[in-house]
Amino acid sequence: MPESTFEPKIVAFFCNWCTYLAADSAGISRFKYAPNIRVIRVMCSGRIDPQFILDAFAKGADGVLIGGCHPNDCHYQEGNYKCLRRFNLLKRVVRQMGIEDQRLRLEWISAAEADRLRVVVNDMVEKVRALGPLNWSVAPEPLAPVHAAGELRVLQEVSR
Amino acid sequence: MSAKPKVAFYWCASCGGCEEAVVDLEEKILNVVEAVDIVLWPVAMDFKRKDVEAMPDKSITASFINGAIRSSEQEEMAHILRRKSQFVISFGACAQLGGIPGLANLSDRASVFQTVYRETPSTVNPEGVVPQMEHKENGFTVTLPGLYETVRTLDQVIDVDYAIPGCPPTANLIEGAVQALLSGNLPPKGTVLAPDHALCDECPRKDTRPEKLLLTEWKRPHQVLIDTETCLMAQGLLCLGPATRGGCGAPCTKGNMPCTGCFGPTSRVRDYGGKALSALASIVDSNDEAEIARIMDKIVDPIGLVYRYSLAASRLRRKKMEVNA
Repeated sequence: MPESTFEPKIVAFFCNWCTYLAADSAGISRFKYAPNIRVIRVMCSGRIDPQFILDAFAKGADGVLIGGCHPNDCHYQEGNYKCLRRFNLLKRVVRQMGIEDQRLRLEWISAAEADRLRVVVNDMVEKVRALGPLNWSVAPEPLAPVHAAGELRVLQEVSR
Repeated sequence: MSAKPKVAFYWCASCGGCEEAVVDLEEKILNVVEAVDIVLWPVAMDFKRKDVEAMPDKSITASFINGAIRSSEQEEMAHILRRKSQFVISFGACAQLGGIPGLANLSDRASVFQTVYRETPSTVNPEGVVPQMEHKENGFTVTLPGLYETVRTLDQVIDVDYAIPGCPPTANLIEGAVQALLSGNLPPKGTVLAPDHALCDECPRKDTRPEKLLLTEWKRPHQVLIDTETCLMAQGLLCLGPATRGGCGAPCTKGNMPCTGCFGPTSRVRDYGGKALSALASIVDSNDEAEIARIMDKIVDPIGLVYRYSLAASRLRRKKMEVNA
């Protein structure tokens, strides 16, 4: 795909108390940043189940960005640490599945860091843009075997 | 012909352990044999594909299919049995979740052939022959089933009514499933025919599990002398009990081995590995990034651990295929 037409789709999970407020503040401050992120507000980065991230990739996200409170600043005391622990293992799982590291990112962004949010988002969008689309899908494998020509197609139709 | 319900057993990509599990019913198998007519069971009886093909559609009451779907032959048999059966049951972890064969989804056909037919030390294959689906010689053509790039679960290929989990399923679950089918007292379609609680719930070590479990080091079974009564996680072992469906009766933890997750997830979980890694990571007792990394590095193969039986059924299903330029 030519680079000029590819716009990365990035799912961003932002915690309610820090990074979401940073995004809010960036908006109020009229900061401009790449429009490629789809923000999902969660109460805490500790609420982000690894299943959400895997699901985002499986459903077509080119990247996933997680934003939480800085260490020691979690509204719920240690949700961000839980996020960090899961992130470590999840990152390795995702890497084993062949997804590039730049597509999954965890950042601590406080409510006061609207400018940092802008920088992080722009940076991630550019890195994912350079990687190109992820287009996660498991290709259907049309049955080529000669011995089953025609027959299986009929079977598939009947048994579905 | 008798009017007994007809039952078929079939195997796809599996090790044969599920067939053993049927035999493990011991004398109870006599009750089963008495109540049903077995019309197909390649491992034990001499019925052929053509015998099944000759049967009227929906004439088999239930087909128990074990093994993942990996070859075109397995796919065909799955479709044939679906057409001939009123109920199709995924029997065991491979059919339900992909099982151990599902780990081949970290690879692809070309690499599998490369390793198996060329690179293993015991391979002698100077001409570099790999399986072909068609071969012509002296005007004759011989064919073989094809191997797919991706291993699939049974329900990714055909419509499946129920699943019996386990590697292999335990006798009590098989017996319960057969009873349910014979009595017609069936749960909603899609149900996994096992209790819907975590293994910890029925583990004999349950009471020794600390209220707040925190660890700074993972241990592997060969590195410790395992206490026979204390919660395995409390001993630092990577036990997947908290993320895994119970119903097996905890034979592994009773036998001093951690749960490896063969019963798969409970009904509330969509991606077993995601949930399992979440459960393991949550009890790591550190807030320091470098130390967390050091602790997690003890887990040498995350996918082999958390997706041991369920990679093919996971959200991502397989490793990203390299696109050929």
